[in-house]
Amino acid sequence: MSTMTRTAPAKPAPGPSKKPGRVRSASAALWEASPLTYLGLIITIVLSIFPIVWSFIVASRDNSAVTAIPPPLTPGPNFFSNASRVLENTDANFVYGLVNSAIVSGCVTLSVVFFSTLAGFAFAKLRFKGKNALLLIIIMTMMIPTQVNIIPLYLLMVKLDWTNTLQAVIVPFLVKGFGVFMIRQYAESAISDELIEAARMDGASTWRTYWSVVLPALRPAAAVLGLLTFMETWNDFLWPYVVLNGDTPTVQVSLNILATGYYKTDYVQVFTGTALAIVPLLIVFIAFGRQIIGGIMEGSVKA
Amino acid sequence: MTTNVEVAGPRHGRKDPVTPPRRRSLRLGRLDLKLSPYLFVAPFFLLFAVFGAYPLVYTAVLSLRKNTLTGGDAGYVGFENYSKVLHDEHFWKVLGNTFGLFVVATVPQLILALMIASWLNKKMRARTAIRMGVLIPNITSVAAVGIVFGLIFADRYGLANWVLQSIGLDAVEWRNHQWSSWTAIAFMVDWRWTGYNALIYLAAMQAIPKELYESASLDGASAFRRFWRITVPLIQPTILFTVIISTIGGMQLFTEPLLFNYGRIQGGSLNEFQTVAMYIYETTFMNNFNVGKGAAISWLLFLIILIFALVNFLLVRRSVRGQTS
Repeated sequence: MSTMTRTAPAKPAPGPSKKPGRVRSASAALWEASPLTYLGLIITIVLSIFPIVWSFIVASRDNSAVTAIPPPLTPGPNFFSNASRVLENTDANFVYGLVNSAIVSGCVTLSVVFFSTLAGFAFAKLRFKGKNALLLIIIMTMMIPTQVNIIPLYLLMVKLDWTNTLQAVIVPFLVKGFGVFMIRQYAESAISDELIEAARMDGASTWRTYWSVVLPALRPAAAVLGLLTFMETWNDFLWPYVVLNGDTPTVQVSLNILATGYYKTDYVQVFTGTALAIVPLLIVFIAFGRQIIGGIMEGSVKA
Repeated sequence: MTTNVEVAGPRHGRKDPVTPPRRRSLRLGRLDLKLSPYLFVAPFFLLFAVFGAYPLVYTAVLSLRKNTLTGGDAGYVGFENYSKVLHDEHFWKVLGNTFGLFVVATVPQLILALMIASWLNKKMRARTAIRMGVLIPNITSVAAVGIVFGLIFADRYGLANWVLQSIGLDAVEWRNHQWSSWTAIAFMVDWRWTGYNALIYLAAMQAIPKELYESASLDGASAFRRFWRITVPLIQPTILFTVIISTIGGMQLFTEPLLFNYGRIQGGSLNEFQTVAMYIYETTFMNNFNVGKGAAISWLLFLIILIFALVNFLLVRRSVRGQTS
């Protein structure tokens, strides 16, 4: 809070200021980040990154790191030997877990993006009876917590003989109310009615309008939805934990097997598994961080 | 998908013949206009019906029956499961834990998020990198967070205890007391969600006209006063929104407390940090495999969340109406 006291020197802003003129120096001082602001943010970021960095540090050492005082803060040489130990661990089935998670997250993401753009477009730009009521239902589906459905969903999987199969963690999640709602919000403003009309005048069917006009225009929002869905699916724990075992794990299930089985005896392995499970997410985040942040911020304004 | 193609198909072919039968295409066009919207939204509703609505109703049915995974279905028992749950001290304990953990985690989380958002709302270098640094905990998996923090809060050799001891305090047995386990779990939850909420607040803050601050500052209002009198009231709908979202998430807390205690579902020897979600799992998939009772607890949890969601809806609607009028 103290950082907000306006002691910031009226340094000219880096880059051209948007508002040259009367109030420029006063407003520049008001919005210039003070050193204390930077300090606060640096502390925040260090705290944010530390546990992740630390799991890599532990993963690169050996089991003596656990009893070391003070705890080690620099990486050791063993990351790759630890990693191969994790990947060869037959209880955790980690390679299989990684591959499965990639398959599951990929399928769910493609499906959620496809059905969300399809329905979101219909809700934003097409006229049909009962539209508002149906949209309200979709918004309400967003409120149903996973826990409530887990028991009957599990019984359903038993009945279908789907336990310990990948379809058990894919099929129930092919659509997402949040996705439809988000795309609908985006399509409302991003796609002009004239564009749809023009496509119709050219004789395009609704499907064709969707495929060649709407879908390209929805690409930014679809990408964000895809990224968020991918990460959410990759990270999902409760349902895979219920319905899968070590024979067909997702990476989180493998991780849990490592954590519960080896924590006391070989915790470096647990940490290496943790680090390995985070790597794909880090890659996605570093590559698309800007879009993800934009998506979260835009979604919140409209919600 | 296939259904859409069936309807769209004939119209694709329409362009190929040089003189299309005009009336037929018009009729198809009308059919397309009428039917397509429903076909476009149908996949969502079909899949939701099977994997969302049906389980929800089935949970309610199960909660009215005596039913175990091992013993099978022993018939309708009315509200017996509910009354058993409501007379179950264990249930009240885990409900208290869930609410307690929610409060302990959410209050500091949202205050911190407000602070961070007001920092982010300044002009600065490396804006995207800084925002990414703030958001990064949110993209790591809950399971990973649980494991890493399990070690940070280990009783011996844990990083948290090392810090405490190096500033002259006593080491804490994190899993043996309610306050310490709640603190550690709240720390995990906040680590993961504070940055996310900060970005949501930041988005709301950016929508506030800058002139308001400039004129307030000309009138001599201090930074704290500007924050308290301009920022907070104007982003109030967003604050309410995050409170409700945190409530929905907090009521379902499961993975963090589970992995905090190395995967043990009981959450401490005296259930000090067992949540409702963990208790549902324990009741249904362990011990007596009591599906009926598990379903009853699930529905009670759903009702609690629903009340919050309804409040959310009413608040959002009111604020939207306020904006448009």
